[in-house]
Amino acid sequence: MTPHARYVLRLADSNLVLAQRLGEWAGHAPALEEDLGLANVSLDLLGQARILLAHAGQLEGRGRGEDELAYLREESEYYNLTLVEQPNGDFGDTIMRQFLFDAWQLGLYEALLGSSDATLAAVAAKGRGEAAYHLRYSGGWVERLGDGTAESHARVAASLARLWPYTQELFVDDDVERAASEAGIGVLPSALEGAFAARTGETLARATLARPAKTAFQWYGKQGRHSEHLGYLLAEMQSLHRAHPGATW
Amino acid sequence: MNDKQDWPLYEIFIRAKSGLDHKHVGSLHATDARMALEHARDLYTRRQEGVSIWAVRSADIVASDPADSDAFFEPAKDKIYRHPTFYDIPDEVKTL
Repeated sequence: MTPHARYVLRLADSNLVLAQRLGEWAGHAPALEEDLGLANVSLDLLGQARILLAHAGQLEGRGRGEDELAYLREESEYYNLTLVEQPNGDFGDTIMRQFLFDAWQLGLYEALLGSSDATLAAVAAKGRGEAAYHLRYSGGWVERLGDGTAESHARVAASLARLWPYTQELFVDDDVERAASEAGIGVLPSALEGAFAARTGETLARATLARPAKTAFQWYGKQGRHSEHLGYLLAEMQSLHRAHPGATW
Repeated sequence: MNDKQDWPLYEIFIRAKSGLDHKHVGSLHATDARMALEHARDLYTRRQEGVSIWAVRSADIVASDPADSDAFFEPAKDKIYRHPTFYDIPDEVKTL
């Protein structure tokens, strides 16, 4: 698989896995309104993922469509960020994971508007507005929980401490991204850290949450080396298609 | 958090397009005004229903009492001459 196809597939996988995670909240959110709010974000991410998966399949040129890529790849062939496969935990954990992802994705889409890959540029144009809204939603909740009661503050501060180490992977460049960046297709992850720091810093300050320090440990989900959680997620997501290949709605 | 009693009720009004007025579409629970707008966006504008949202705390709405309806509304019933039904409306007027 070329770096170009791999780069697109990484973006697709992060969206797909996070959409699946958010889908787990359906019927379980703390309020009916939040049920719909999370489902809305999930469907936006899934819509982008479908375009990206189909595009990655075309670039790969082996005849795999979005369904083959989504339902018939193993864990080590998934290239999503380790952050997005982390379990939902409580509502604060889910919101914090979403907030960190949204702040990163908004900067990513802004940078990809100028991609020489027309499909990527189109997804970025469509996704930028969606990501901006997602960040508004998740950031609003981070503020409410952080600047809320003593219990909500303590719990969301713990969520931040638990999830922050996974953000390091968002800004480390590797060969795939360097090649995509040189070709004008993609953007170097390290170039996105400034906007991410500014966006998260502002909201965390209003939420009276301190930004955690950088940690030494580095995750490599985008290279196919995952935490223990992705396998279970894929098992649930893929079981129907594997049991009934080609099943349609 | 489980106690939804803590979340006040908001009434939601949506303007379908510029030039039209805001119409009541329903109500929802939210902890604050910002969340009310976001929930309204997610619940009531998914299918491009509108271009503007108003959210009003239900508790802030002053309503007439159904028990008073005789005094309030009966007197208008026999005054048919107040209805502007004697005019021809030109076809070009779309949203009257």
